Order: sequence, then structure tokens, then C-alpha cells
Amino acid sequence: MLKIGDKIIHNRLFTGTGKYNNHQTMRQAIEQSNTEVVTVALRRVDLSGDDTYILNDIPEYIQLMPNTSGARTAEEAVRIARLAKASGLGDWIKIEVIPDHKYLLPDNEETLKATEILVKEGFVVLPYMTPDLMAGKRMEQAGAAAIMPLGSPIGSNRGIRMKEMIRIMIDEIEAPIIVDAGIGKPSEAAEAMEMGADAVLVNTAIATARNPVEMARAFDFAVQAGRIAYESGISSASLQANASSPLTGFLTK
Amino acid sequence: MSFYEQCQHLQSHITEEMFREVTAADVQLVLAKDRITAEDYFTLLSPAAEPFLEQMAQKAHQYTVQHYGKTMQLFLPLYVSDYCVNTCKYCSFSIDHVFPRRKLTLEEIEKEAQMIAAKGIQDIILLSGESKLHSSVSYLQETMEVLRHYFSSVGIEIQPLDTNEYEQLVQSGIDSLTVYQEVYNEDVYRDIHVKGPKRHFKYRLDTPERGCQAGMRSVNIGALLGLDDWRKESFITGMHAHYLQNRYLETAISVSFPRIRPNAGSFQPKVEVADLHLVQAMVAFRLFMPRAGITMSTREHPTFRDQIIPLGVTKMSAESSTEVGGYAHPQETQSQFEISDDRSVQDIQRLLRQKGYQPIMKDWQITS
Repeated sequence: MLKIGDKIIHNRLFTGTGKYNNHQTMRQAIEQSNTEVVTVALRRVDLSGDDTYILNDIPEYIQLMPNTSGARTAEEAVRIARLAKASGLGDWIKIEVIPDHKYLLPDNEETLKATEILVKEGFVVLPYMTPDLMAGKRMEQAGAAAIMPLGSPIGSNRGIRMKEMIRIMIDEIEAPIIVDAGIGKPSEAAEAMEMGADAVLVNTAIATARNPVEMARAFDFAVQAGRIAYESGISSASLQANASSPLTGFLTK
Repeated sequence: MSFYEQCQHLQSHITEEMFREVTAADVQLVLAKDRITAEDYFTLLSPAAEPFLEQMAQKAHQYTVQHYGKTMQLFLPLYVSDYCVNTCKYCSFSIDHVFPRRKLTLEEIEKEAQMIAAKGIQDIILLSGESKLHSSVSYLQETMEVLRHYFSSVGIEIQPLDTNEYEQLVQSGIDSLTVYQEVYNEDVYRDIHVKGPKRHFKYRLDTPERGCQAGMRSVNIGALLGLDDWRKESFITGMHAHYLQNRYLETAISVSFPRIRPNAGSFQPKVEVADLHLVQAMVAFRLFMPRAGITMSTREHPTFRDQIIPLGVTKMSAESSTEVGGYAHPQETQSQFEISDDRSVQDIQRLLRQKGYQPIMKDWQITS
């Protein structure tokens, strides 16, 4: 069972709202993915008009996870988070502090600062971070509801390049680990789930697929398959048959 | 150290001959790569790359969709003043041109803002002629107090300022800076910028860097294509963007590829930049800097603008007025240059949707 804040999440695929070519496709993809949590950049939400833009196109049962995309410092992230809450987008916040326009890599130090401040203010905080055990542990201690390490640079579709670091984080951190960014194919989402990740967040790979709605379904299946496999206990791979015991066989002779 | 030294070095070392020496085999090698170097970028701007334009365009399209999705940001310019202290051979706002000059009052700015906001636009750029007296920092700060109620992102394209002046503007909520070098060839630059502070080549060249240092969220640069060899000018523009992005990771660097438009003077471009070459400049830059923004203005003709949407453009203007007060009272004053594409914001939105693109009206939130 995956619990974030006081909410129980049944489907371990989280999705996004960026990069779709229209909102109807986005809505259908969200529905077909069976996702329950969707992240949305506050910078894209029109807070002034009657038409709340993107929000109208997200099904009502969805748990919104506003993100602080565009923030370059903890201070900016905190301001965006407060604005999101004040605008009625709820108290979940995915912290993105990205002071790097070349690779779009997050700043763990500033992210930790923002986490500390926002947890104290009562937010359900989900920090997006570069996989690092100590940084992850500090975010957990600060009260993060889940930790979101990147699989590869955002939008790169390169798969789980940070595999070893994420594996260590899964083993050592009790808060849920949600692999975010870099997942390009359903098989890579399954791979993250088989490793024991609690959930994955996929946006680019769905939104920019030729058929985003079908791709959303594919990711749903892959995440479920990966999770079932993890829970069923994956037997370890071996290159040779294990029938004989060439080194210790003499003990039983 | 500033980009000036690098620019001088490039100016003195790059010749048209070097572009001609590039072979088809060189281009093919570059196209097989994932990440390309400055030398590779140079190769893609050569005549030898022209037969590979479709392949380059496919790759440019793929990179752009990967990083931006099928989306297009829309913005409008807001001209607040046409007072200018410079004499530039190619610009209608030049001090030598006699026409009644205007600077909008705060009430007039509010009217313009209302007209623009009513079109659904949330992202604007404040433009003025270059005059520290008329488009002063305090005037822009006051303007910003009005505009913050209407828009989610406000940029400036005005005379170059000092770093501390940019800092004051950033504090007031202005988040982006556009400043075109016009031409990176210093000799040509001195020839066409006849009088005024704009003659100071290095001060202008260092302007984008001062904007980065002052904390602008995005900085947009460009060369006015047609003033000198477009291959060399495009290459140095790309190198300038690369220089800035490497030093200022926090700032989103973007590039425009403006071509000279008819204006109130009789200036004729030195170099004809064909559509093919503008496309080559754009897609080569996209392959060199896959994440950078590319902005396209209404200077270009509708049919051409429609075709280049998938080639790497991330932001475009629509229904622009280039005259002061032109949204509330069109056609009453001198425009800075003639626009080619006068379709409405709604027309452009419809066009984008037809092409499978989502128009993005808002991409930032003023929180200060």
C-alpha cells in the first residue's frame, strides 16, 4: 500500500501535463493511464481568468500535485508553493528547483531548504532531486512525504541511468521513492518498479508519443507488471546452471 | 573576460573560404553525432550542409519536441516610446527621421495593456526607442506597477543598461531581456550605427551578460540578418548564446533570427538572406543547443512562418503592433518596421492547433 500524506494511492503511475499538443489528448491520456496523481506547473496555470486553463481538463478525482517549475532558488519555490495553495490547488507540492538550463538538473541543497520550510507550513512535500543518499535522507528527516530522484535528466528519455544510486536510496530511505524523469519506455518504468521503487512519474514519454493515449495505457500495464514482479520476489539471474557445487561439493561426499 | 575577446578572435579567423572548404562527408559525420561541438556547428552552417537540410530539420524537430513538446508560446510587444538618440541606417525610429515622437502615459499604458490582455495574451515585451531620458528605469518601474495586474511575464527590449539598473528592473518584476547585437562584425556595426551611444560596440555586446548577472530569468539575443555574411553572423550568434549559457546556467538563453524589413529609411540589406538560409541557420542552431529557446517575430511572412513552426521555434508573436499606442489607436504614429504577418491572436492559435501544436499563453508567474 502506498500512502502519501494521508492519502492512499492505488495506482503507482504518476503523470504530468506538459508537452501535450492539446488538452483533450491530455485528458484522455490521464484517464487511460488510470493514474491518480497528476503534476501541473503553476507557471502554466492561469490564476487570473475565469477559465482556469489546464485545470478544467484534469478529471476531478485526480490528486493534483502542483510543481514549482521555473524556480531557481528555495525562495522562489516557496513563493510558488504558497501561491499554489492560496489559489486552491491543494496542499501537495512537488518541489523543483532547477538553476541549470543546460541539463535541467535540480539543486539538492536549495530543494532541501524549500522542503524544510514548506513541511513546517503544512504542505505535503515531494522533492524532485538528483539521486544522492545523504540529500535524500535529509529531505526525509525534514518531513518530505516522498522523495523523487531522477532516473536521467528530465525529458531525456534515456532510461534509469542513475540505477545504482536509486537502488541504494530505495534500500536505505523509508519514505516512498518515486522515480521521476528520464523514463522513456514502458519497459524502463517496469524496471524501476521491479527494483522496488514505490511509484514512477512519466510525462514526456507519454505526451510526445505518436499516440499518447495508447502509450498511457502501456505505461499503466508496465508499472503494474513491474510492481507485481517486485512483490512476487524476483529470482536472481544467473549465467550458469546451479546444479553442481564445484567448490563445496566435496563437503557432502 | 567577456565575449568581446572571443568575438574578435572569431571575426578575425573565420573566412567565407573556410565555410566553402567543408565537404559533404564532414556534414554526414556531424549528423551521425548525438552532441555536437562548435566546429560541428560551423560545419552545419556551410554550403555543403544545404543538401542535408531535410535531415537536419528532422533532427531539429525531434529535439524540439523532446524538450518542449508540441507547444508554442505566444507573446506580444508593447511599444511605450519611440524617442531615440541613435542614428541607425536601418531603423525607422532613428533620430534623423522627423515624425512626432510619443511616450505613453501610465493611463495610456493601462489602455494598451487592457487591449492586449483581452486578446488572451499574458506574456509581453516592453519596447522603446533607445533613450535613457524617455524610457528611464523609473518610468519602467512605474509601468511595471500597472502591467503586473494584467500579465504573468514582462520582458524588455530597450536601450542597454548597466547591471545595477537591470537589477532594479528585475526587482520590479521584469523577468526577461531582449537585446540584439544587430551585427557582430565591428566594422559593419560602426558603419551603420552612425551616431549615438549605440556606436559603443563592446558595451552593447556585453549587455546580455549584464542581464544574466542581474538575475534576468531569460535573455534573448540575435543578429539582424542581412547586414553581413549570414553564415558568419549566425555562427557568432550561436557562439554568443553558448558562451552565455555556459556561464549563466540559471538564465534561459534564447535566440532570434530576424531578417531586415522595409523601414522608413532607404536602407537596403547588404546580403540577401534566402528562406533556405534562414532555415539552415535555425536548424543548425537547434542541433548545437538542443534546449535553447528560438523566438520568431511577425517580421516574417505568414506562409513562411507557418512552415517553420515545426523546425525548432518555441515562441512567436502574433497580431503585433510596432507603433507606440498601436493597440488602442492603430495607424496613428510611425511604426518601427513593417510587419508581414497581421493575423490575429485567435488566427494564430487556430493555426497552431491545426498543426497539432498547443498554444501556450502563460509560462511564468510574477510572484515578487
